[in-house]
Amino acid sequence: MSRIKDCFDNLHKCGGKALVPFITAGDPDPEITLPLMQALVRGGADIIELGVPFSDPMADGPVIQRSSERALKHATSLNDVLRIVANFRKENQKTPVVLMGYLNPVEVMGYQEFAKRASEAGVDGVLLVDLPPEESDELQLALNRYDLNQVFLLSPTTSDERLALICSKASGFLYYVSLKGVTGSNRLNVDDVAKKISHIRSKTGLPIGVGFGIKDAATARAVAGFSDAVIVGSALVERIAQLGEHKDRLIEDVTVYLTELRTAIDAP
Amino acid sequence: MQKSGPVKAVEVTANEEMKLPDARGHFGPYGGRFVAETLMGPLEELTRAYERYLKDPEFLAELDSELKHYVGRPSPLYHAKRWSERLGGAQIYLKREDLNHTGAHKINNTVGQALLAHRMGKTRIIAETGAGQHGVASATVAAKLGLECVVYMGSEDIKRQSVNVFRMKLLGARVVAVEAGSKTLKDALNEAMRDWVTNVDDTFYIIGTVAGPHPYPAMVRDFQVVIGRETRQQCLDMTGHLPDALVACVGGGSNAIGLFYPFIKDSNVRMYGVEAGGDGIETGRHAAPLNAGSPGVLHGNRTYLMEDKNGQIIDTHSISAGLDYPGVGPEHAWLKDTGRARYVAINDDEALAAFHNLTRTEGIMPALESSHALAYTEKLAPQMSRDEIIVVNLSGRGDKDIQTVAVREGISL
Repeated sequence: MSRIKDCFDNLHKCGGKALVPFITAGDPDPEITLPLMQALVRGGADIIELGVPFSDPMADGPVIQRSSERALKHATSLNDVLRIVANFRKENQKTPVVLMGYLNPVEVMGYQEFAKRASEAGVDGVLLVDLPPEESDELQLALNRYDLNQVFLLSPTTSDERLALICSKASGFLYYVSLKGVTGSNRLNVDDVAKKISHIRSKTGLPIGVGFGIKDAATARAVAGFSDAVIVGSALVERIAQLGEHKDRLIEDVTVYLTELRTAIDAP
Repeated sequence: MQKSGPVKAVEVTANEEMKLPDARGHFGPYGGRFVAETLMGPLEELTRAYERYLKDPEFLAELDSELKHYVGRPSPLYHAKRWSERLGGAQIYLKREDLNHTGAHKINNTVGQALLAHRMGKTRIIAETGAGQHGVASATVAAKLGLECVVYMGSEDIKRQSVNVFRMKLLGARVVAVEAGSKTLKDALNEAMRDWVTNVDDTFYIIGTVAGPHPYPAMVRDFQVVIGRETRQQCLDMTGHLPDALVACVGGGSNAIGLFYPFIKDSNVRMYGVEAGGDGIETGRHAAPLNAGSPGVLHGNRTYLMEDKNGQIIDTHSISAGLDYPGVGPEHAWLKDTGRARYVAINDDEALAAFHNLTRTEGIMPALESSHALAYTEKLAPQMSRDEIIVVNLSGRGDKDIQTVAVREGISL
């Protein structure tokens, strides 16, 4: 079974769109990540993207870089992230969790070991930002063995040739990076993205999520109009940065923010 | 003794192993292209341009001409007789990359990449820098070609290398201080990548060393290999035979691969890459991934890294900003594993001693980076006989480092 597939199938049946929040595990400290994940679900998250902190987040803007730095102050490791997911799974069997991060922590753990332990912890998919399909065969074998999905990025610079390659390797869903740049950098141009998504859709049956540049409910709603999933990262992580010291308010605020996005996406 | 004829920068000698990297940029298990999707298209475009122009006679003629008239090549191979005598062993020859325009080997590569950028119609170049030499070399070619130039530099390095920062500004470049992470070269590289991914349409990223995603390790090597080609010819002309040993410092490793590459098939020529031992390998405070690191993936390629057990990159330390980097070019990782080259480490104090020794003995002030290679030569030469030859790559001049040396020795200027 694939939780990710079930999730999109169920949404599809009722014409709904997935809300996919991103947070960095261990930000601002490892204890708060589990309650935050639960808050995201309460606020209406369909899938959780859980960031694995890395010392050199080359594709991320300042907001997510700093979240990694906060998590690494507590030495949050891939081991810790897997432990957090396992704890989340004790109470939630339904919400898919996709680990998002950079290759090196996985490389150092070893692909087989990682796939086995991720699967045991209840992880559903993996998105490694700096692992393009050309270099991913070995990891893919390991992930397939444990029925883990491998999510790949698509970008405005992706050619049709690469699009075909990526679609042939991806599973779960595709993540369309809506603009050239790092995470949190800008606002996306809704019309441009809509055109791209319709082109991508002509090449694949996989669900397509859109991320980068979705900062508010209005953009989320617009993106939900033509995609299958709305991914919100930096805007959420920025709230965590501002309220990090006040944990009770943080949980409350995140739930309210997600609910706003949820309502906007679901509005008829 | 025969007069050394000009050596073509781009003519492939029979000795060069042209099989590596493979089409996807792999040197055995190392190298490759590990970047976010947005950069994959631009890297493919760059690879096509680089492969095309490295076979284009017009481009090659222009590159040769620039290397000769602008950079000042060929750089001399100098027999350091007094220093050799003092060490009492092998004859030591210095490949004088310090005499290039801007004072280091870095300009060989920036001239090549800037000409390529120009051909590709890019109007803006960006670069990362550690010691500032690559930043200066990039700002220099940008000024010459009328290109906008932005240089990313760790704020820690900006403090250590204020003279080079001012040079870059004089040349019209914008120097951006990077405050993230350890505030050194690796963080400057992260930030330059972020700029590139954002401005990829009009921007060419000039990477300064043989690291990064394919095609950079191969391309930068191909622009630096002029060092080894000249050396081979000059050594034959001056001594009648090839060197017995080559010594070069290794941070990312561009000056070393430039020297080594044309000798790879000459199995009698020993090769020594010298990493920064910092306070000593045993202290953990160093920048010597080939001596004390392990394989991993950073900055677009798989190579040896300074990393912890969880795969996080750890802070490095070296007296020399240009060697203060937690990774190393993937071809060096491959040469280490195959045993073709040996990689050793020299600590800060040894490098500093060699800096003074060469300055006093030969009247040549070496960069602190190159001083690591000199310090290892001081250990190696006495073990060799007087009729043997060591070529040391004197990759840069030391003027930029006098402030560091003064501070270290408690002298106020």
